Formats: sequence, structure tokens, C-alpha cells
Amino acid sequence: MTTTAEHTSAAHPTEAHHTSTGLSNEKLAMWIFLGSECLLFGGLISTFLLYREVDPLRGPSVESLYDIPFTSVSSFVLLMSSLTMVLAVAAIKRGDQRNTRVWLMTTALLGASFVGGQVYEFTVFYREGLGYTTNLQGSAFYTLTGFHGVHVSLGIVMLLSLVVLSLRGRMGTERAETVEIVGLYWHFVDVVWIVIFTVVYLITP
Amino acid sequence: MATEHQTIEHHDEIDHDHPSDGRYIQIALILGVITAVEVMTYVVDFGALMVPSLVIMMIAKFGIVAAYFMHLKFDSNLFTRVFVSGILLAIGVYVAFLTSLHIFSS
Repeated sequence: MTTTAEHTSAAHPTEAHHTSTGLSNEKLAMWIFLGSECLLFGGLISTFLLYREVDPLRGPSVESLYDIPFTSVSSFVLLMSSLTMVLAVAAIKRGDQRNTRVWLMTTALLGASFVGGQVYEFTVFYREGLGYTTNLQGSAFYTLTGFHGVHVSLGIVMLLSLVVLSLRGRMGTERAETVEIVGLYWHFVDVVWIVIFTVVYLITP
Repeated sequence: MATEHQTIEHHDEIDHDHPSDGRYIQIALILGVITAVEVMTYVVDFGALMVPSLVIMMIAKFGIVAAYFMHLKFDSNLFTRVFVSGILLAIGVYVAFLTSLHIFSS
């Protein structure tokens, strides 16, 4: 039994929680936050769906400017960043500091590539005559995708902070849950994009 | 024997709790394939099946990421209930919102 207990302690260093639920309060708080974020993005997606039905009185329609192959590559990049994130979580749970840093940096770079692609897309749309206030479609589109981009950018800041902590030797196995919680945020940003990519880009009127 | 048996059981539990890196890569490949099929709907005409198939693939991808990458499949059901409540609340509120605006605008 002692062997089992020791093994449990080594494999799950952060899973003994003395809380009323028996669960980590920090993790539960993150899930509640993510549940509330569903309402935020639900509102933004609904607003876009509502306004894209309205004829643009000025400027081009959003749909006419989409570059689906380009956005597909961006979507794939973000999807793969979820893989690297989960590999970072697995690495820190094993106590593998080097691979934790490698996967966290890779995730941050993939996220930065996605944000770079979004900036490029916005620039192209602007040059084609669709500014933020040109028409309702444009406003709803920029607000929705812009909010998502801000979320990705905040995620990148969190990932880089973890890398810095790791480099300073302050990211031992006991901090595995911190990486897992940042991972939850990152995966949420990914699942939101899964919805946006289908509803906004692929299903067009 | 009992200790050994418990240890073996616990090993199974650990494997169940934390899929291996290889398993995560397999899941990512499945997600990649679904994304490729999604993009194909842009090139190939799926006709009336396009929207339902895209929605099904979106839900599948969402579910796979939430279940495996976000560990909902392996974690406490409370996390799943909290997250699903948020999603259902959002869907309910905004379906009502969009429906009412469509009704009152016509």
C-alpha cells in the first residue's frame, strides 16, 4: 500500500485538495470563468449572425472578402497549438522541465502565427474597403474575431510567463496545475475558434 | 498479492487519467482530418448536406477537444456540468434573442 501511495503522490502531485468539493478551487474557478465566456462569445457570434443578414449599405460584404484557404491554415495552426499545449501539461506532470518549456514555447509561437494571420486578414479587408465602421457586417465581424484575437494574445502572455517562471526554476511538478489551468484557457480559445471558423467562415448565406 | 493487485489497478487508473503523448497525437490527427473534410466543403459541393455536415463536424471537434485535451472525460463531472451549463445558457439566450429579433423585424 505504501508503494501505491508513493506512486499516487508522484503521479498526481497536485490532486489532493482539501476543499469542500474535494476539487481544486482554482480549476473550478477557471471552469466557471470559461462557462461565462461562452455567454460572451455567444453574444458576439449571435450579433454577427444577425447583422450579416443585413445588406451592407456601404463597402463590400464580409463574405466577399473571405480567403478560406488562408483561414483554414490559420485554423489548423491553432488546432495544433492545442496539441502542443496538452503535451506541455503532460510533460510537467512527468517532471520534464525541458520539454515543458519546449512545448509551451511552441504553443506560444503557433498562437502568435495565428494572431499574425488575423492581423494580415484585417489589413487585407481594410485595403479592400471594409473598415470597422464601414457597415454593420464589418463591425460585427471585427468585434467578434478581434475579441477572439485578444483572447489568444492574452493566452500567449500567460504561456510566456510560464516559460519565464520555468527558466527561473519556479515551475516544479507542484505547479503542474497552473500549467493545466492555463491549458484550459488555451483549449477554450481553440474550441471557440472551431465554432467561429464553421459558423462565420464556412456556413455563409 | 492484494498490494500488487491494487498497484496494477492504480497503474491502469493513471493510464486512464493521462493519455500518452502518442494518444494525444492520434487525437490531433483525427482533428486535422475533420478540419480537412470541413475545408473540402468549400471546394466540393455537398448540396443540402453541407450545413448539417459542417455542424456535425464542428460539434465533433468541439467535443473531442473538450473531452481529451481539456480532460473533461477524465476529470470530475462537476467541471463538465459547469461548462455545459454555460454553453446551454448561451445557446438558449441567443436562440431566443435571434428568434425574437426575426419575429419582431418581419
